[in-house]
Amino acid sequence: MTIQNEQTIIDSNLEKDYEYGFITDIESETIPPGLNEDVIRTISKKKEEPQWLLDWRLKAYRHWLKKEEPKWANIGYPDIDYQSISYFSEPKKKKLASLDEVDPKLLETYNKLGIPLEEQKMLSGVAVDAVFDSVSIATTFKEDLKKAGVIFCSFSEAVKDYPDLVKKYLGTVIPHTDNYFASLNSAVFTDGSFVYIPKGVRCPMELSTYFRINEANTGQFERTLIIADEGSHVSYLEGCTAPMRDENQLHAAVVELVAHKDATIKYSTVQNWYPGDPDTGKGGIYNFVTKRGTCVGENARISWTQVETGSAVTWKYPSCILKGDNSIGEFYSVAVTNNHQQADTGTKMIHLGKNTKSTIISKGISAGLGQQTYRGEVKIMKGADHARNFSQCDSILIGDKCGAHTFPYIDVRNPSAQMEHEATTSNIGEDQLFYCNQRGISSEDAVSMIVNGFCKEVFNELPMEFAVEATKLMEVTLEGSVG
Amino acid sequence: MLNVKKLHAGISGKEILKGVDLSISPGEIHAVMGRNGSGKSTLSNVITGKEGYVISKGDIEYKDESIVEWSPEKRALAGIFMSFQYPVVMPGVNNTYFLKAALNSKLKNNGKKELNAAEFLKLVKEKLNELDMDTSYLQRAVNEGFSGGEKKRNEILQMLTLEPELAIMDETDSGLDIDALKIIANGVNKYRNPSRSFLVITHYQRLLRYIKPDFVHVLIDGKFVRSGGKELALELEEKGYEWLEE
Repeated sequence: MTIQNEQTIIDSNLEKDYEYGFITDIESETIPPGLNEDVIRTISKKKEEPQWLLDWRLKAYRHWLKKEEPKWANIGYPDIDYQSISYFSEPKKKKLASLDEVDPKLLETYNKLGIPLEEQKMLSGVAVDAVFDSVSIATTFKEDLKKAGVIFCSFSEAVKDYPDLVKKYLGTVIPHTDNYFASLNSAVFTDGSFVYIPKGVRCPMELSTYFRINEANTGQFERTLIIADEGSHVSYLEGCTAPMRDENQLHAAVVELVAHKDATIKYSTVQNWYPGDPDTGKGGIYNFVTKRGTCVGENARISWTQVETGSAVTWKYPSCILKGDNSIGEFYSVAVTNNHQQADTGTKMIHLGKNTKSTIISKGISAGLGQQTYRGEVKIMKGADHARNFSQCDSILIGDKCGAHTFPYIDVRNPSAQMEHEATTSNIGEDQLFYCNQRGISSEDAVSMIVNGFCKEVFNELPMEFAVEATKLMEVTLEGSVG
Repeated sequence: MLNVKKLHAGISGKEILKGVDLSISPGEIHAVMGRNGSGKSTLSNVITGKEGYVISKGDIEYKDESIVEWSPEKRALAGIFMSFQYPVVMPGVNNTYFLKAALNSKLKNNGKKELNAAEFLKLVKEKLNELDMDTSYLQRAVNEGFSGGEKKRNEILQMLTLEPELAIMDETDSGLDIDALKIIANGVNKYRNPSRSFLVITHYQRLLRYIKPDFVHVLIDGKFVRSGGKELALELEEKGYEWLEE
């Protein structure tokens, strides 16, 4: 292959259209753009929330006003005008008893995304709480879950039906003062998911939510709260794609996980939001997410697995606070930045309890003009005797216009800690490509093969249905990006 | 089968091959011998189409067609195989998966039915047997953590599976102990038939004790300074390269 050929292949990749770029034409009820206390009151009122929640939102808002948008991340984007964003939008048709009543256009949208709710219900055994814009529309499998005692509903429903649980846990992992975007979310969050797994219950199915940002100019502020009571087990899947739009769309979600004694929470994400115009980077999603879990009790375990292929800008550090003795935190990540995408992502593992253990496996792939940063912090506090951490951060570069950066922060305050850190950066080598070519394998298949091999350790952590989707996503995202 | 005509080629602006002529007929085994830096690897890389090498003069014909404009993939699919001097590691890529993808790519190209997992496994197990390799190879990642001998054996496994018509053995003997060498030579000898040709590139003559060449060419400074039968290899072993260097 000549260098010129390669250039053509890289260039043709830059021209690749976003596969899921379409807009569903449904009338939405939207609050006019702008943010002030009245807007927050309106949101709270529309959602018929109790006074304490409104007060909490306002407290968060006032705190947010005093804060500055963080600029330390290794990303660049134009200033966000928070007054030009509309903070609430919902499709007009609401109260639905069954899927038959769902707007056919919506169902069509789901189908385009490959989420046939009907079949999925029967075939995959996955309960789906589909979030279209900010309001939950269809929730399935409720009955089976109910039998097991599992609560899986939209956040709004939880506020109405389980106010005590929400009040007890909301903001306990990520306080309303945590960071700029978390404060904003606390003030204006519209909906999200709520999960409670009672003592000793193993959730009978994977819980899954598909998010989709549809309304132009509408920030999405999801709030998810998952509580696993003593000895329980839950696996939660989150996956999303968004339609093509010219304006940048802000997404500032908050996910809080609470794992009690002997409980396990496995949280998996496949993220494929619109990355922006391939040539200019214009129009992509800004993804500023705060995700954190606390292992409250001993032997608790929280595991984050993420496959991040979308968004123009990603700022995301799913973290674990290992409070309970012998608790375990895990972070498995594959992040891809292609064309003009930027990602600053990683994790924080805070060891407080004795014999706590954390594992970090991060795989970064940069292609096109993509810039990617791994930023991870491992903190071993004074009381965390015999804490252990293993970190492995590998980056792969495709082409010569992209970048990979690694910033590990290590803070050890207990001499009995054991830390291991490994990091590698490599190119998809000409040698590897030539080797494949010499065996009759095309460059595109070779890249897909090499990248999937590179990501294997992480993909192995994904639930089956996601693993397949992830492999496909990688192929679509990197198609033609041979360098 | 292969016709290299007055070939001048190099890399990074430096001419390495300075007029090489080589004609291989079906069923023949040709050995190219030379010291390090004589241009042996350049020859194999140019025939297989590795990127970066530039042909300034001359031509390479395979089955009477000029292939110099062909992609490496096209050459491979047409039946040219190279056993690499340094087989490339592909972390996390399963050996079976890799080999199956390669074989099916070839079958598809030839308009034949691709093999499913069960059919492929049956085939590859037969080949493993021939090379005295155990099935653990199938679970491992391509060349990852392989010893030198294991890597070379894996190359031969690929050759036996892909059934090329022209096989280039690039320094296949380097880094091998005598047992591994015998096994590999055995694999090659069994594979040999009147329609398959070999180009064996080597520094030493010891591989040629086990794979008997029909012709031996001595490459010095980018040119064949002498060609002859297998006795030339023995002569080289005795006298070294000096007597041919002028």
